[in-house]
Amino acid sequence: MNLHEYQARAVLKAAGIPVPDGDVATTPAEAEAIARRVGGTVVVKAQVHTGGRGKAGGVKLAKTPAEANEHASRILGMKIKDLVVSKVLVVPAAEIASEAYVGLIVDRETQRPVFMVSPAGGIDIEEVAAKTPDKIFKLAVDPRYGLLSHQALGLAFKLYSEFPKARAAAKIMEQLYTVFMANGASLTEINPLVTTPDGAVVALDAKISIDDNELERRPDLAALRDDSSEAPAEVEARRAGLTFIKLDGNVGCVVNGAGLSMATMDLVKYYGGEPANFLDIGGSSNPEKVVSALRIITGDPAVKAILFNIFGGITRTDDVANGIKTALEKFPVKVPIVVRLTGTNEAIAVKILQGIGMTALSDMDDAVQQVVKLAKEAA
Amino acid sequence: MSVFINRETRLVVQGITGRDGSFHAKQMLEYGTRLVAGVTPGKGGQKFEEKVPIFNTVADAVQATGANTSVIYVPPGLAGGAIAEAADAGVKLVVCITEGIPVVDMMRVIPFVREKGVRLLGPNCPGLISPGQAKVGIIPGQICTPGNVGLVSRSGTLTYEVVNHLTRAGIGQTTCVGIGGDPIIGTNFIDTLAAFQADPDTRAIVMMGEIGGTDEQKAAAFVKANVTKPVVGFIAGQTAPPGRRMGHAGAIISGSSGTAAEKMAAFKENGIAVMERPIDVVKLVQAALK
Repeated sequence: MNLHEYQARAVLKAAGIPVPDGDVATTPAEAEAIARRVGGTVVVKAQVHTGGRGKAGGVKLAKTPAEANEHASRILGMKIKDLVVSKVLVVPAAEIASEAYVGLIVDRETQRPVFMVSPAGGIDIEEVAAKTPDKIFKLAVDPRYGLLSHQALGLAFKLYSEFPKARAAAKIMEQLYTVFMANGASLTEINPLVTTPDGAVVALDAKISIDDNELERRPDLAALRDDSSEAPAEVEARRAGLTFIKLDGNVGCVVNGAGLSMATMDLVKYYGGEPANFLDIGGSSNPEKVVSALRIITGDPAVKAILFNIFGGITRTDDVANGIKTALEKFPVKVPIVVRLTGTNEAIAVKILQGIGMTALSDMDDAVQQVVKLAKEAA
Repeated sequence: MSVFINRETRLVVQGITGRDGSFHAKQMLEYGTRLVAGVTPGKGGQKFEEKVPIFNTVADAVQATGANTSVIYVPPGLAGGAIAEAADAGVKLVVCITEGIPVVDMMRVIPFVREKGVRLLGPNCPGLISPGQAKVGIIPGQICTPGNVGLVSRSGTLTYEVVNHLTRAGIGQTTCVGIGGDPIIGTNFIDTLAAFQADPDTRAIVMMGEIGGTDEQKAAAFVKANVTKPVVGFIAGQTAPPGRRMGHAGAIISGSSGTAAEKMAAFKENGIAVMERPIDVVKLVQAALK
C-alpha cells in the first residue's frame, strides 16, 4: 500500500526527520491559509498515487496566498491519469543548494533491508542506476543489529564531503531505518534529500510503501489507505477477501490459488483468448466468496464468458458449486459460464451443478478452449 | 529415497488445535506421516485425536518425542516467532504454511534460523510430500504417487495441477516441494535442485516458477553448471501486467525485471525444457526419462 506524499511526510516528521513546513489542504481557502502562514513563495502539489504530477500540471509555484488559492482551485478536482485530485500539499518553495537520493527497500536477494543512496538526486533513481551506476551506493543492513552508526556515516559521506552535512544525513538515515522497520515498510524513499543555502539537510519529498501483510496488525496504517486511487471493483474484491486485478480481455476467470490463476490466464491467451481479470478466491473459500467473485466479474461489461478453474485441495469444490448456485439465484448472469473442477468433493459438486442444469469439466485445457470459443462467439 | 522428508521424519505440528492445523494434522496422520507431537501454548498435557501428545512449547515437544521436523499453522502475526521457536528447539527442518507474514518479521527471523543451521521451507507454501513415505503440509496425498521425478514449485494449486497430470500418466514422484510465494523465503530453487541432484532416486526434475524476482534465472544458471539430471520448467504469469502483485506477495514484475519471458528465456538458454501449458509436463518428462 502506497502512502501519499503528505502522509509519508507526517511519518518522517514524527520520527524526527526534518521536513519543510506546510500542510495538506482539501479546499482552495485552506491552501491559501497555509500559504499565508508559511509565508513567501509556496508549491502547491497534487496528492495522487501516480508519477508525472508535474507534467500533468499538478505541481505549481505560487508567489502569493491568493495565487495559491487559484492554483489549488484548478488542481483540486483535476484528473491525473484518471485519478481525481482531492487533496493538495502546500509547502514553502525551498531554496536548494544540492539534491541527493536516499532509499531503503526490501531486497529479495540478500533478504535484508538495503540502503541505496546517490548524490544524484531529484530525478528517477532507476534512470541514475541505468545511466550512471557508479553514482549509486548500496548497503545491506543486518536486521539483528540495525543500521550501525559508522555504516550510516559512511553512506552519508558518499553524499556530502563536509562533516556537518554528512552527520545530519547520517542521522536522517538512522531515523529512516527506524521508520522502515517500525512501520513494516517495503520502501521508504527520500527524493530529493536537499541541502539549503544555509547548510541544513531536509527531506523535500518522500515516498513510503507499506507491506500489505503489515496492515492486519496495524489499523493505524491501514486507515491511511486511499481507496479512490484503485478501481472500484478491486476495492470491493479486497473487502470480500479476494485478490482481483482487472485486465483488458473478455474471458472472466475465477480460480483458486495465485499460481493456478496466472497459469489459467496464460492458457486463455495460449488458446487465442484474452483474460479479463486475475481473480484468486483463495484457499478455504466459502460459497459467499464465490458469490462476490461472480458479482465483481459480471460487473465488467467487457466480459463475454466466465471460466471457473478449481483444483480442490483445502478448497472444497462443493463449496464453489454452492456459491455458483447461490449467485445465480441472487442475480442474473447473462454470459455463459464454463466450470472446471476436480479434487475434494468433486462428485458432490458435479451433482449440485447438474441440479441447476450446468455441467462440469474435469480437464483444464478442455474448459479453457470452450470458454475462449464462447467468448469469441459472443464478441 | 527422497529429499528433506522420509519415513524417519518425526513431525511436530505448531498450532495443532487451530482450525487449519487440526484439519491438516488429521490428513497427515491418515497419510501415514509420523506425527509425534503437537504444540499449542496453554494446552500442554492434552491429546490430539486421543493419541498425539500436545505440549506448551516446541522445546518440550522435541525433548519428549525426539521430533526432528516442524510444520507451522499459526496466524501470520505469530508465525515469525513460531519459526524462531522451532529453530531454537533443535528441529532440523521447519515448514511454514502460514500466508501473510509481514516481511520485516521474515527479515529478522531468517538470519536466526540460518545461524542455527536449520532448514526453513516457506513461508506461504503448501509444504512437501514424499509419496508413500510422509507428507508435511497441505498437498493432497491422493494426487501423488511414488516414483522418480522431483518437483519444486513456488505455488500450491498449480503444483497440484501438474502433479495430477504426472500421476495420471503413471509418472511418480520422489518428493514434491513447495517453496512458497513470498519474496523472502527460507529454501529456494537452488537449494532444492541441489538436493534432487544428490538424491539417487530422482531421475528428472520439474521446476515451476512464476513472475517476480530473479530466483528462476539464478536456478537456470545453477542447472547448467551443477545439475546432470534433465530439468523441465514452467513459468506462470505470461499475461500478468507489470507493477501488480498477482496474489503471491512475491509475484510482481518490477519495472521490466522479473517477467515470464525473461525467465523462460533463461530456462531455454540453460538447457531446461520449457512447458508452454501445464499438461506439457507429461510429454517433456516422458522424453527426459527415455
